[in-house]
Amino acid sequence: MIAPVWLLLQREMRQSFRRWSDLISPLVFFVVVASLFPLAISPAADVLRQVGPGVLWVAALLSMLLSMNRLFRDDYEDGSLEQLVLAPQPLVLLVLGKVLAHWLQMVLPLLLLTPAVATAYDLPGEATWVLLLSLLLGTPALSLIGGITAALTVGLRQGAGVLAVLLLPLSIPVLIFGSRATDLAVSGMDTTGPLMLLGAMSILAASLAPFGIAAALRVSLD
Amino acid sequence: MPELNPKNIGLSASGLLLFRGERCLLNQLALRVAPGEGLVLRGPNGTGKTTLLRVLCGLTLPEEGDVHWKGIAIRQQRDEWQRALGWSGHKAGLKSELTVRENLDFAAALAGRRMGEIPAELGLAECLDLPARVLSAGQQRRSSLARVLLGNALVWLLDEPYSNLDAQGQAYLNACLDTHLAAGGIAVIASHGNAHSALGMTEKTLMNGVLQ
Repeated sequence: MIAPVWLLLQREMRQSFRRWSDLISPLVFFVVVASLFPLAISPAADVLRQVGPGVLWVAALLSMLLSMNRLFRDDYEDGSLEQLVLAPQPLVLLVLGKVLAHWLQMVLPLLLLTPAVATAYDLPGEATWVLLLSLLLGTPALSLIGGITAALTVGLRQGAGVLAVLLLPLSIPVLIFGSRATDLAVSGMDTTGPLMLLGAMSILAASLAPFGIAAALRVSLD
Repeated sequence: MPELNPKNIGLSASGLLLFRGERCLLNQLALRVAPGEGLVLRGPNGTGKTTLLRVLCGLTLPEEGDVHWKGIAIRQQRDEWQRALGWSGHKAGLKSELTVRENLDFAAALAGRRMGEIPAELGLAECLDLPARVLSAGQQRRSSLARVLLGNALVWLLDEPYSNLDAQGQAYLNACLDTHLAAGGIAVIASHGNAHSALGMTEKTLMNGVLQ
């Protein structure tokens, strides 16, 4: 069962390391957006500490949105999506590999940068770890939900706009619990509840979304 | 009476109906291709040959009617059908950053097979280690055909397989089709030229939504 996931993961990794410039822009976007807020709002530490968790979560979400549009578009345009949909392997597992590769390429580097960016918001050390943990637990759900919307909009000419309109409302629950967990950590309270909910959302998404993505791709190719 | 054995039924379709906007592209279309038989779809541009091929392989759902493989509708046995199917469409389906070898390795692995000698036989030996984006149109077509051959599929659905191929490439494709059909395979191809004429495949023209 793992073989198709691994095959696709391998192909995606190889492909995008040859086009590493595509990997950079969502990262730069994340850093730039996150550093604009302290400049625009106020450099006062207590204000920044208050808005920090929310801003960093929104910046991560927008950066994912930027890369999500490309998830299936290249495959759609060069015809390899047709081949995947008709491949003698379960499409559900192939798309799982695809989303996993996207998360590893686009989201994991972003998580590695988060502690550095969080210093701009003067987050206490423990809150930074909770922020990181909340992103680690929550972003897989965003990747998977984003996969469904990317699959639905892949055939549309104005796909990017529609993708944003579809994905952003769906990502609200993850956003709320993600920034709430960090908020609680900043004020020194227990963060177990929201973190567990984030993990639950990702597990739920991982078990259901691949079926949605596969079905959406079939519709988009019709 | 070979028809009585379900294994001999091969690929068939009945009552296919498909609209694109106001136009009726497929109008109660029926066809049957038995093992060892080839069908060439002909007809002017825009009559729906590609659409018919996409319906046959299961990418496009017809509004009415069904495509059957060995007597069972393909949407009821998608896994079984996709193991039997080799599809080559307009687009080559190659990842432009990967080399031809990596592209074909991936396709072979998906089918649970190894690449073997097929690319060399198709004249791809020299460009195996080039990224697919630098290939000429003819080489891309050859790679796309190599993928179908690698899959060892029973049913080949090929959309304009001769386009961009030189004389040698066309001859090789003909030889492949010949072997494939002789081994009891099925092929449905859309073609404009006469490159296939030596093969003795049935020719039908798609006109006004039916095959004539």
